[in-house]
Amino acid sequence: MAGQRQALHTQTLAELAKGLSDGEFSSRELIEILLSRIEKHGTSLNAFISVTADQALAVADASDKARSKGDAGTLAGLPIVYKDIFCTKGVLTTCGSRILENFVSPYDATVVKRLSSAGAVMLGKTNMDEFAMGSSNETSYFGPVRNPWDTERSPGGSSGGSAAAVAARLTPAGTGTDTGGSIRQPAALTNTVGLKPTYGRVSRYGMVAFASSLDQAGVITRTAEDAAMLLSVMAGFDEHDSTSVNHPVSDYVTGLTAPLKGLKIGVVRQHFDSGLDEQCAARVKDALHMLEQQGASLIEVDLPNLDLSVPTYYVVAPAECSSNLSRFDGVRFGYRADDAKDLLDLYCRSRGDGFGAEVKRRIMTGTYVLSAGYYDAYYLKAQKVRQLISQDFRNAFEKVDVIAGPTTPTPAFPLGEKTDDPITMYLNDIYTIGANLAGLPGISVPCGFVDDLPVGLQLVGPHFAEETILACAHQYQQLTEWHKHCPEAYK
Amino acid sequence: MNSAWEVVIGLEIHTQLATTSKIFSGASTAYGAEPNTQACLVDLGYPGVLPVLNAEVVRMACKFGLAINAKVASRCVFARKNYFYPDLPKGYQISQYELPIVYDGELMIKDDRGENKRIGITRAHLEEDAGKSIHEGLNQSSGIDLNRAGTPLLEIVSEPDLRSAREAVAYMRKIHSIVRYLEISDGNMQEGSFRCDANVSVRPQGQEKLGTRSELKNLNSFRFVEKAINFEIERQINVLEDGGEVAQETRLYDSDRDETRSMRSKEEANDYRYFPDPDLLPVVLDDAFIAEVRKTLPELPDAKQSRFVEQYGLKPADAGILTVSRALADYFEATVAAFKDNPKIAANWITGELSAALNRDGIDITDSKIAPVDLAALLGRIQDGTISGKIAKEVFEAMWTGGGGADEIIGARGLRQITDSSAIEKIVDAVIAANPDQVEQYRAGKDKVLGFFVGQVMKETGGKANPGQVNEVLKGRLRKG
Repeated sequence: MAGQRQALHTQTLAELAKGLSDGEFSSRELIEILLSRIEKHGTSLNAFISVTADQALAVADASDKARSKGDAGTLAGLPIVYKDIFCTKGVLTTCGSRILENFVSPYDATVVKRLSSAGAVMLGKTNMDEFAMGSSNETSYFGPVRNPWDTERSPGGSSGGSAAAVAARLTPAGTGTDTGGSIRQPAALTNTVGLKPTYGRVSRYGMVAFASSLDQAGVITRTAEDAAMLLSVMAGFDEHDSTSVNHPVSDYVTGLTAPLKGLKIGVVRQHFDSGLDEQCAARVKDALHMLEQQGASLIEVDLPNLDLSVPTYYVVAPAECSSNLSRFDGVRFGYRADDAKDLLDLYCRSRGDGFGAEVKRRIMTGTYVLSAGYYDAYYLKAQKVRQLISQDFRNAFEKVDVIAGPTTPTPAFPLGEKTDDPITMYLNDIYTIGANLAGLPGISVPCGFVDDLPVGLQLVGPHFAEETILACAHQYQQLTEWHKHCPEAYK
Repeated sequence: MNSAWEVVIGLEIHTQLATTSKIFSGASTAYGAEPNTQACLVDLGYPGVLPVLNAEVVRMACKFGLAINAKVASRCVFARKNYFYPDLPKGYQISQYELPIVYDGELMIKDDRGENKRIGITRAHLEEDAGKSIHEGLNQSSGIDLNRAGTPLLEIVSEPDLRSAREAVAYMRKIHSIVRYLEISDGNMQEGSFRCDANVSVRPQGQEKLGTRSELKNLNSFRFVEKAINFEIERQINVLEDGGEVAQETRLYDSDRDETRSMRSKEEANDYRYFPDPDLLPVVLDDAFIAEVRKTLPELPDAKQSRFVEQYGLKPADAGILTVSRALADYFEATVAAFKDNPKIAANWITGELSAALNRDGIDITDSKIAPVDLAALLGRIQDGTISGKIAKEVFEAMWTGGGGADEIIGARGLRQITDSSAIEKIVDAVIAANPDQVEQYRAGKDKVLGFFVGQVMKETGGKANPGQVNEVLKGRLRKG
C-alpha cells in the first residue's frame, strides 16, 4: 500500500466503496473534500441550487460510526447529488422554477429513500432546466449551468447540474431524469456516463412530473460500473407508482463482465444520414469499430420513423405537462402572487410570474393539442406515431441485442446560441427521444473528443436489457480512457 | 302537465362508494372529520405524488354493473378531466371518459301509468370527488377542506328514457335501493353520498329531434329532484310557448325559492381536455374476476319482491314496500321465520305499526327497538287468540317504548283476551237485559244494531273479549227472543 493514494475526488464510486470498506479513509474525510470542492467550483459552474453540507456531514459521521460496528449498507458513506426534481424531505425542492422557489418537500422520493437507506450521503440538489424542460440548462430560474469543459458552453440539459458536477469531480455520481434525453445528452456533452433505465424500472414517486409517460429516473456517473451499482439500489417495483414494473432486479454489477464477443450491435442507417456533425460521426464510428474488433458484430438496422420522433415528442410531452403543471396554482404550496383581486387573478399572476417562457410555451402547446377539435389531429395522431416508433424498435431488436449510435448531433454548444430558436434546440434530442417514446433503456458513454469537447456513444437496448447495455458500456470503458479525461481546471 | 309537450329526462347519479380509504390514496373516507385532517399528500396534489387505484372500487363498480345487467369492460381507462378550481388540488379530476368500467345496463321502473318500463343505463364510471370550499366564518376569505377530495364515486348515467319528474324519482329510488342492497354505498343523501344532476328538455309531442336541454346540478334529495325537474319543465314550456328558445346551460336548483337559476351557459363551459391518465395503467378485468364478483351478488330488490309474492302470498305492492331496503326485507324474513302462521299479518304490521314507529322516532330499521323475534311473539299472541289486534297495538306501544316481551306485558297489564264462553255469555246476557229497545230494533230487522251490542260488550270487558266469540254469542242470544 505504499505510494500515493489517488485523490479521493477523482475516484469512482466503486473505488471509494472499496477504500471506505478497507478503512483507507472515512466517509467524513471524503465528504469534507467534496464539499470544499463544491464550495470552490459550485458557484462558478452554477451546478447546485442547494448544498446540504451540515446534513451531509451528519450522515457521513453516522455512516462512519455504523461501519465501525460492522453495519454498512451497499452505498454506506458514499456521496450523491440529486437533481432538484427529486423531492427530499425537509430540503428545498425547486425543480429549477420560481414557482417552487420556496418549496420544502415534506417527503422523500422513492429514489431518494432507497439510496439513503443504502447509506448514500446527499451533498446537495443540482440545477436543472425548469421542470426538466430544456436541452441546455438555460431555462432554469436559477440561471444556466456552465460546462466544465468550456464554461462559455452549455453542459446540456435538463440534468445539466448533475452532469457538470460529476464532470468537474465535485461528486462521483448524481441522479437525473430523462424525458427526451435529459440524462444522456448532458452526459455526452460533459464526458460522463448517463443511464436512462427502462420506463417503469425505477419508481417515479416523488419526482416532480413533467411528462408522466416518458419520465424516467436514472444516474450520471463516470463509469458504467458506478451506474450499475446505483441502479441495483434504485430499481424495483414501488407500490406508490402504478407504472413501475414488477420485474426482477438483477445485480447489475455482476452482469458487467458479459463479453462483447457475439454481441449483435445494430447501427441505424438514419443516424448518419444528415444533421450529425462529421467529426462526431467519426468518433462514434471509431467506437463501433473498436467494439467490432472485440468480437461484436455490426448489423445495419432501420428505424424508418426516426424523423417523426421529435414532432411526436413535442405533442405528447407538452400535452402531459400542461396537465401535470396545473397543480401549481398558488393555492397550496409554492409561489403565490401578492394581493390577488380574485381567484382568476391569483391563478393568472401566480402562474404568469412563477413559470418561465419555455414552460409556458409547452403548457400552451399541450393545452392546444388536447383541445376539443384538435385532439384527434395532434394528440391522438402522435400516440399512433408513437406506436409506430415502438414497433420500429421491436423490429430492430429482433435482429440485434443493442442499438449503438451518437447521443447528440454535435458537441456542447455555446450558451445563448439556441435560446431564440426552440426548434433547433429541440432537434438536439433527435437521437435520444426515440428511447423515451418506446420506453427503452439507454446509456451514453464517453467516446472521444472533437476540438477538446466530449462526444458520447449511445447504446439502447430492449425493455429491461439494462444488463446488456451496461455490460457493453463497461467493456468499452475497459478498452478506453476517454472517461478518465478531466477538464483541466477541475483536476 | 301540458300535454302538447313531451318531457325528456336523463339522470347522472353520483354515488359515493363505501370504501374505508380513498380511490387513489390510503387516506380515510370517514365523514365529518376536522377540515383537512383526512387528506394525505396524494389528495393534496403535492409535487411528485402519484395515484394508486384502490382495488375495492373496481370490485364495487363491477358488482353494480352485474346488478343492472350491464357489460363490465374487460379493459377500462382512467382519464384526466382538466379544469382549475381551488377545491380540485391537481387541476384535474381523475375520471373515466371513453372507456368506462360499466356500460349498456338497464333497470325496470313503474311508469306513470303503473306499467313496467325499461330505463337504459348508458354507463357507470369511476372517478374521484373534489374537496369543498368553505365561505362562512372565515372573515372575507375562503377556506378549502380537502377531506372529501379523492373519495371514490360511481357516476351512473341513464339514457334519456325518463318522461316525467315522477319517473325520474322512481328511477333514482331504484338505483338508491340497488346500491344499498349491494352494500357499495351507504346512500346517505344528507352527507352527499348520493346525489344527482338531471338533464331536462321538452319537445312537441311526436317530434323525434330532442329539444335543447338544460342540466340541473347537485340535487341531493328525492323531493328536490322532483320539484326541480317540474319547475324546469314548466319554465322551458313557457319559454317555448312564448316563442323563445331554450338555452343550453347549466342551472342550479334553489330549494329555498323552489326555482332553478342559470349557472353557466354553453359558451362558458370548460373544454376539459380529457386524455388518458399516464399515471394509471388501464384496468384489465378477466372473466374469472367477473365470475367471482357475480358470486357475491345478493338477491336484488325485483327478485326479492317476486319471491315474497310467491313464497309468502303477499300483494305485489306490499312486497314492493318490504323490499325497498335489504334491511327491511331481512327484518320481515326474520319475523316470518319465527312466526310462520301468517306472513300477511307480519307484512301488515311491519309496513304499518313498525314503519310508523320508526318514522316517528326517525330511526333506521336496523336500530328498531323491537327485534323481529319479539314482534313474532306478539303476532303469535294475536294468532292464538290471547289478545285481539286492537289490544296488540297497545302491547306493541309498550314494547316499543318500555321494552319487554309481549307475554310479559300482556301478563302484567292483564290484557289476556276473554275466551271463556260462559264468561262472555254472562256479559252478553247482562247487556241484552239492559237494552231492551235495541233488542227490539234488532229483531225488527235492523242488523246494524249488532254493532252497538258488540261495542257494549267490549266496553264492559275493557276490549279483552274475543270479538269473534262475542259476535257469535250475541247473534245466538238475540235470535232466541
